[in-house]
Amino acid sequence: MLQVRDLHVAYGQSEVLHGIDFSVAPGEIVAIMGRNGMGKTTLMKALMGIVPSTAGDVRIADSDVTRLKTYRRVAEGMGYVPQGRAIFSTMTVQENVETGLSSTGKKAVPGDIYELFPVLLEMKGRRGGNLSGGQQQQLAIARALASEPKVLLLDEPTEGIQPSIIREMGRVLRRIRDERGLSIVVSEQVLSFALDVADRVLVLENGRFVHDAPREGIDEAKISKFLSV
Amino acid sequence: MFDGFTMGELGAIFAMQGFAGLILFSVFVLMALGLAIIFGQMGVINMAHGEFLILGAYVTYLCAQFFEAFLPNLYGIYFFVAMALAFCVAGAFGMLVEWGLIRHLYRRPLDTLLATWGLSLILQQTYRSVFGAREVGVTIPEWMLGSLQLTDLIEVPINGIFVMTLTTVIAGLVAFMMFRSGWGRRVRAVVQDRTMAGAVGINTEMTDRMTFGIGCGIAGVAGSAFTMIGSTGPTAGQLYIVDTFLVVVFGGAGSLFGTIASAFTISQAQSVLEFFLSGSMAKVLTLLTVVGILMLRPQGLFTLKIRK
Repeated sequence: MLQVRDLHVAYGQSEVLHGIDFSVAPGEIVAIMGRNGMGKTTLMKALMGIVPSTAGDVRIADSDVTRLKTYRRVAEGMGYVPQGRAIFSTMTVQENVETGLSSTGKKAVPGDIYELFPVLLEMKGRRGGNLSGGQQQQLAIARALASEPKVLLLDEPTEGIQPSIIREMGRVLRRIRDERGLSIVVSEQVLSFALDVADRVLVLENGRFVHDAPREGIDEAKISKFLSV
Repeated sequence: MFDGFTMGELGAIFAMQGFAGLILFSVFVLMALGLAIIFGQMGVINMAHGEFLILGAYVTYLCAQFFEAFLPNLYGIYFFVAMALAFCVAGAFGMLVEWGLIRHLYRRPLDTLLATWGLSLILQQTYRSVFGAREVGVTIPEWMLGSLQLTDLIEVPINGIFVMTLTTVIAGLVAFMMFRSGWGRRVRAVVQDRTMAGAVGINTEMTDRMTFGIGCGIAGVAGSAFTMIGSTGPTAGQLYIVDTFLVVVFGGAGSLFGTIASAFTISQAQSVLEFFLSGSMAKVLTLLTVVGILMLRPQGLFTLKIRK
């Protein structure tokens, strides 16, 4: 569903990602692990076209999106939940979700989105900025789902969120995958969450993938070694 | 200062000056609405906003000339045609300016200020070269002349009532577009977080262009209405731009309701004070009060309460 080939990304002269290769099958959940500063967020931003790539290409379901602007990538099927959530804080919950409809041409939010996150329906008239961190995270996911993505990118979704909600989020992500058959790429530092949701775990270190293993029979000790400083 | 007036006369004076204030209020609101969209929502300081207003006024003038020469029996409705034209011309020109100038200067407020000030000078000279330095006026259609006699002492001009109605309609339309339409939702999203707006699938460049165009178009309509109560000269826009910025900042940038409330306060204070003091003293007093309030409340009268 998502194919990334030899992706290079640089901030000015300093190259941060040195040739990333990976692909995600339809309905697969991939976790990208790595310590701070290893390039997880840069990779996410490069996939969305927020940070320009210097070489390589990105394809969604056989259409090349490498040269497309961010909003066109969304129309091609990329959904993005950024680190820190970045919801529109002065807009109501409902309006936040509706911004995701821009690329689909629909007028109303499909009901199944609120089914996934009943708390958002209760709060749909509230301003996004007045929600708690966990609710904002759900809102950010709902907003991304409104654009009917084929690939959903989540950048550190567990950051600053209480453990019970993290477990709930893992369940919701798997449910989204099962119901909609979309592929999910999630960048993570919390190993337990990654092992809980992912079918495959990749480890990013200094702008390269250094480890790639399916969840079955994964060597937990080895991955935690990559994560500890 | 109230010496020599009876209570009845005083009441009538306050009512009529209050009404004059309402007309001033309407013009302020019309001008400020465009600016509230461009400055309040997009954060672009457009010094040429007054010139877009004058563009609308000149379009109305040309339209009036055309109707006078070729369609004299339809002269009664020329104003509505002129208003639509003024919106389209000023809006289209605004989109052109956004494409050619403003979009290269987002996040560089000082450069924008300088560039749009330059644009305003260019436009002023263009108007002077094309229409001449002398002020031009339009003949107001007959149905808009005269005034309504409410009591023996109080009368209100019909063109004033017309301008007020127009303002109400346009303010309602803008509020509706901003808070109920897909366009308004996109504008507010882009304003808050340009990157994220792109990442939820909003074409941010097109949204910026539309927004700037609509803001300028509304200025054009304001210019059109302006011809009903005053004459138009190449530099008339300059006279109003400071007042308009004052209205938007005082009301709280980004709040449409605040803009309207502040336009009301400033115009009423000015109009009532003007009758009893000289015009410049009225202005000084109003400005001092506004400056004082802004020092205590820098965010303006109305702001949204959001967790930081």
